[in-house]
Amino acid sequence: MQHIKEEEVEHGVARILCCKCAVVIEPNPANMCVPCLRTVVDITEDIPKQVTMYFCKACERYFQPPTEWVHCALESRELLAVCLKKLKGLNKVKLIDAGFVWTEPHSRRIKVKLTVHGEVLGGITLQQVFIVEYTVANQMCDDCHRNEAQDFWHALVQVRQKAENKKTIHYLEQLILKHKAHENTLGIKPNGEGLDFYYHTEAQARKMVDFLGSVLPIRQQHSKRLISQDIHSNTYNYKFSYSVEIVPLSKDSLVCLPKNLTHQLGSISPIVLVQRVTNAVHFIDPTSAQIAEMNSLTYWRYPFKSICDPKQLTEYIIMEMEIVLAKDRKFFPGQGAVSSKHVLADVWLVKASELGINEDTIHSRTHLGHVLKPGDSVLAYCLADSNANDANLDKLNEDKIPDIVIVKKHYPDRAGRRRRWKLKHLTEDGMLVDNNKDYDEFLDDLEEDPTMRQNVNIFKDPNNINIPVDADEVDPHAPHITLEEMLDDLQIDDDPMDDGEGDEMDGGES
Amino acid sequence: MAVRVEFENNNEIGVFAKLTNAYALVAIGGSENFYSVFEAELADTIPVIHTSIAGCRIIGRMCVANKNGILVPNTTTDEELQHLRNSLPDSVKVQRVEERLSALGNVIVCNDYVALVHPDLDKETEEILSDVLQVEVFRQTVASNVLVGSYCALSNRGGLVHPRTSIQDQDELSSLLQVPLVAGTINRGSEVIGGGMVVNDWSAFCGLTTTSTEISVVESVFKLNDATPAAITNEMRASLIESLS
Repeated sequence: MQHIKEEEVEHGVARILCCKCAVVIEPNPANMCVPCLRTVVDITEDIPKQVTMYFCKACERYFQPPTEWVHCALESRELLAVCLKKLKGLNKVKLIDAGFVWTEPHSRRIKVKLTVHGEVLGGITLQQVFIVEYTVANQMCDDCHRNEAQDFWHALVQVRQKAENKKTIHYLEQLILKHKAHENTLGIKPNGEGLDFYYHTEAQARKMVDFLGSVLPIRQQHSKRLISQDIHSNTYNYKFSYSVEIVPLSKDSLVCLPKNLTHQLGSISPIVLVQRVTNAVHFIDPTSAQIAEMNSLTYWRYPFKSICDPKQLTEYIIMEMEIVLAKDRKFFPGQGAVSSKHVLADVWLVKASELGINEDTIHSRTHLGHVLKPGDSVLAYCLADSNANDANLDKLNEDKIPDIVIVKKHYPDRAGRRRRWKLKHLTEDGMLVDNNKDYDEFLDDLEEDPTMRQNVNIFKDPNNINIPVDADEVDPHAPHITLEEMLDDLQIDDDPMDDGEGDEMDGGES
Repeated sequence: MAVRVEFENNNEIGVFAKLTNAYALVAIGGSENFYSVFEAELADTIPVIHTSIAGCRIIGRMCVANKNGILVPNTTTDEELQHLRNSLPDSVKVQRVEERLSALGNVIVCNDYVALVHPDLDKETEEILSDVLQVEVFRQTVASNVLVGSYCALSNRGGLVHPRTSIQDQDELSSLLQVPLVAGTINRGSEVIGGGMVVNDWSAFCGLTTTSTEISVVESVFKLNDATPAAITNEMRASLIESLS
């Protein structure tokens, strides 16, 4: 007692004896010294000391719940993160330090030494060091599992477009890449008029079909084939097929609408250009700039085909041009929407191949008055010379069929030029559909149409990006893609070690 | 000697018993174990009395007592009062008090000469207290707690107070009470000293969980070991040395 009294006087604060070991301490809520308190309470009692981790032997990755598999070396920072995430109850204490305790690499045990702070008995903070032992258990990851099963598919999505003009398929490829809709596919095969997508489960295939329906005008059919059955357990094993047909119309095709459809679309004139294909088809009438939109349901009710495709485009030169003033334009009640972005113009043309030979100009009316000027070269369909085999066109009065329909402005210099950008492709070797002309036109369309570019990932072409732009060679008015719109592609140095991972990384840009 | 005891699995024995230098009160429990411990220790010297106060077993918290008298709250029944009068020695005065703070054991702590009381206690109660128990009364707190009876245990030879009582407070209380005081705990770290133990000038009872450290603190502050030979030599050393020299 005497001893205590002295201490009290020295420090000016009351001291008591620890109730268990009689050490002189300052009073605390438990009135026990820290070593005694540690024998009484265990702040780590909520934390499991033995945990099981899953490891895929085939790809040497650790499972990180809920779905991730991660590569990590023994005693690495990443492995520590995986270990700590597996520990429940760590949120009740404050983690101060964590590190590995060495274990034999083949022991399938990982030991982690943790230091935690915890509060006990109303506000005393205790520090405790303990070791958690992880048992590494084998479990095959989904990817390896799929590999082992040789990519055995249960569901198939067949995408087809029965048309000459394949721009829509190219567009679809870019849409799939942009939205990463191909992540779950087991394989993609170009097949005749379209693509086949293979899936492990029906749900994944259905998701793909839903994606297609949200970006393109399609119709789909569903079928299944019984592979095997077990009547005792009432299980049936099917292969599912989705047949998806895309509306066979692509950008820049010329179509002749059936009569009842023209009525439905705001009395638009029957000969119209396909302006754009989204989840609906967008038409524009070149003679009045009237626009219309048709969904896939309407199309399949009144199906029709294109009468001219971009293959038939011929080059013409504008000799004269006159803008059609608003007062001269004809409007009528019940007319559908008229585009305000386009300007109607009367133009007089000569075929580029006959320039200087033939003095007779051909008259046409166009919706591209805002981009054209006399002397420009345009691409147009010559209906008078073409031999379209279309029932709807045959029914029309010959006088109402224009001789020439101008589709777009032509930039002749551009042909031999190298593009400074490139696109990704679904398959390794590039082209899905063997038609380079269509693909080139699709790339031209991308340069010309910024709204279309919004749905496409465009990458810098490392081979061409540094070619200086020569002001003399390039028409400054020609449409081009700005550098800001291009993405940097992921570059992997070709180490022999990385060979296997190249295709995996392809999806990881953006 | 300090004895460990338990009341029906409860260590707060200061709640169920009252100990003075002239008598002891114990609550009526389910078994006689609790009573037997007191009887074994005290029966030679003072009466040990079974009682309830206001129908409650928590007699230690309801009443305040010393060798001169006992105060009970006004909720005490006539039968209980009569029983107390019959059982207690004739010299002990029994008095009922009209007090708002009716748990008198919690708000008052006393030995045979002084008492510490809750600062809000009635003036009248204070007067009755000093008359019946013949004590000098001080309105005080222990470690800023107004329930002085709960956080303090007192005998004529020493006192144990709440562990957070500062040294200045201990010095002040000690000079008022004229006994040495020590801050400490009871029942393995409990701060409720008055609730956890009872004490008189030669014996103390504390809860079963009280550690040996706490027991030794209790024995030394209340000087319960004075009868042991070592203590006697200590006390007599000065005179012995003087006579030998």
